[in-house]
Amino acid sequence: MDLSDFAADVGDSGPVTITGLGTRGGPVADVRCVRAPAGIDWIQADEMIVSCGAGTPVAELDAALAGVGQSVALPLSGTVGGALAIGRSSHRRLGDGPVRDVLLQTHYVSAAGEIVKAGGPTVKNVSGFDLCRLLVGSRGALGFFGDVILRTRPLPAVSQWFHREGDPWEVFAALYRPVSVLWDGQATWVLIEGHSIDVAEQAARGGLRPVDGPPSLPTGGRRSMAPSALRTLSGTSGFVAEVGVGVVHTIEPSGPEPLQPAVAALHRRLLHQFDPGGRLNPGIDVGFGSV
Amino acid sequence: MTALAEPTLVDDLVHALGPDRVRVGAAELSLYRRDASNFDGHASVVCFPTSTTEIQAAVQACVRHDTPYVARGSGTGLAGGATPLAGAVVISLAKMNRILAVDAAARQAWVEPGVLNLDLSKAVAHLGLHFAPDPSSQQSCTIGGNVANNSGGPHCLADGVTSAHIVAMEVVLPEGDIVTFGGEDPEPAGFDLRGAFVGSEGMFGIATKICVRLIQNPPAVRTMLLDYMSVEDGAATVSAIIAEGMVPGALEMMDALCTRAVEEYIHAGLPMDAAAILLVEVAGLPNALEHEVERIVAIGRAHGARNVRVAQDEAERALLWKGRKTAFGAIARIKPNYYLHDTVVPRRKLPEVLNKVYEIAARHDLLVMNVFHAGDGNLHPLLVFDKREPGVMARVHAAGEEIVRASVAAGGVLSGEHGIGLEKRDYMPLMYDPPDLAAQASMRAAFDPTGLANPTKVLPSPASCGDVQHLPEGVWI
Repeated sequence: MDLSDFAADVGDSGPVTITGLGTRGGPVADVRCVRAPAGIDWIQADEMIVSCGAGTPVAELDAALAGVGQSVALPLSGTVGGALAIGRSSHRRLGDGPVRDVLLQTHYVSAAGEIVKAGGPTVKNVSGFDLCRLLVGSRGALGFFGDVILRTRPLPAVSQWFHREGDPWEVFAALYRPVSVLWDGQATWVLIEGHSIDVAEQAARGGLRPVDGPPSLPTGGRRSMAPSALRTLSGTSGFVAEVGVGVVHTIEPSGPEPLQPAVAALHRRLLHQFDPGGRLNPGIDVGFGSV
Repeated sequence: MTALAEPTLVDDLVHALGPDRVRVGAAELSLYRRDASNFDGHASVVCFPTSTTEIQAAVQACVRHDTPYVARGSGTGLAGGATPLAGAVVISLAKMNRILAVDAAARQAWVEPGVLNLDLSKAVAHLGLHFAPDPSSQQSCTIGGNVANNSGGPHCLADGVTSAHIVAMEVVLPEGDIVTFGGEDPEPAGFDLRGAFVGSEGMFGIATKICVRLIQNPPAVRTMLLDYMSVEDGAATVSAIIAEGMVPGALEMMDALCTRAVEEYIHAGLPMDAAAILLVEVAGLPNALEHEVERIVAIGRAHGARNVRVAQDEAERALLWKGRKTAFGAIARIKPNYYLHDTVVPRRKLPEVLNKVYEIAARHDLLVMNVFHAGDGNLHPLLVFDKREPGVMARVHAAGEEIVRASVAAGGVLSGEHGIGLEKRDYMPLMYDPPDLAAQASMRAAFDPTGLANPTKVLPSPASCGDVQHLPEGVWI
């Protein structure tokens, strides 16, 4: 994908921010705003990879991939670039893995206005340092995604939500690789995918009955807990927890966790290396307050 | 009055670790002059810390004396990543080999970096769990080494390489701070420093404790062997299986020469006249497996498979895998030396690149065998030779360079699982332009402002960009 126009938009001086569909907080206010190119370059079903502009809506990508029996493990809202820049997975993370494992290669535009390649086009690649992992979740503070190559996965034959009253621990231990296990302190929802007979057998094993879908996830806050610590939520309410993962969707807002001083210092060194003038998404919080 | 002599680096290390765990004898040092690659260096000291604070003390001593250091596990790396250069201090993690905690319910375990890969899976087998990365050196390689190289293995096709299985690490940073990257929780604040660290080949610090993800053993496994009269048919089968929406647990290929060598070695009943054999393993729930086995057999036959052998029991499965896993032993019977390459190409380019590999080897008058992870396009051409033959090493290296170039030209990458180290450092410009390399150098500068953590690996020096095989002074192959 030709990114020269996008690189020229970003330029090499002055504060600049980026937006997609505005579903994850939108651009930094009162700063010149750019958009990454949109559109699917190609889908290679036999390689299980897809290439698209970072401005492509995830829903558009998902629909196109469905046509070849595949999907990509990104949350369905907003753009591909936004999903990667925030790096938060959907409630399917238990089965699909984290967002950071989706990105194979990107061309991003750096603070110097240069087009930079990170990663490589193959699923397996250890050629140099893993810059892709560093970029995912970095909120545009190190560079703006231009185009990406993403890993896809086959769609399952059957995908069914199930439900049972009570705690999830036994169900979680008994089932083989469920795609999602959600718990609100009272009841458990499980998403099982695969061959229809296997799905039915797994459901029977867990004492589960089919339901239409998952519970609605509270959007007030999002906590990150060790999976083993979720048991401490027993007896409380106002949350939906992703069992086996540790993401907890809460009604109440959640505050940021502080970084260790040496880790914060490393963040500052990375920001200084990648954007010495602090021009990309100025003021955005990358984990230890505004930069 | 005479001034007290300033303590030397060795004095400082002895002070921190005790005399028994700091070695400077020539014979001992020579054991640490390289990893499993062909790159020799020279260590000035080898030390054996047993705790995070001892590693920290060793790193701080190196910084105080402005001396580079290299962390080392079992030394099974194939790219020279653990070869000490310029009299570097080797910090061996071999004595830090304890499994610290296993949380069966959360499927996580904290281990020290010197724990051997297979030992971890054995230790959690009774819980129905395992550690997914399974490099062929898994009996001897360490988890710390797996982290440094982002190692793979046959079963990474379905389950992902090491990065996907590391949730957190305690790290001694090059300036001596002890930090935690990642966390047992899924979304730790800040950048994914865990992800950036995995695969950094010892250049971003030393992992001193590692929290790994353990995954459930599959309830059922089916293993198949398909054989072909042409490499193209085998490769086409691989692409078709993936295109049809199946991701087998493993999808391995051996070519004719390799198959014959293995069969003569272990007598597993492999077809001696096949041009290629495919080992396909599917794992998961039983009904899905039966369906997948049927479909794979049909795809194989449609693409010219002569015979399809489905392992009938665990013994037969083990025998089929033994063929794959003993390939290197078998090859040693043909020629005493081999050079193992590691590149990745798009699956659809496998036949084209394999033919190129044969052509390159023939032109350099070398034997080449291929045994590789076909499912993810990860080629492992093995050049076999006798290094006593005059001039053979020059041919081996020339052929190797052409193989790497052909792989990248086909849309592939320099390395799938062995890493860059010294071996491919100067090939990096084949894949990355100067701004791309500058960004990687920025990562290194931020993680290691001292520049002493395993220097001169991975990143080509600016002067050598575009130039190939200019190794640092003091290194020989």
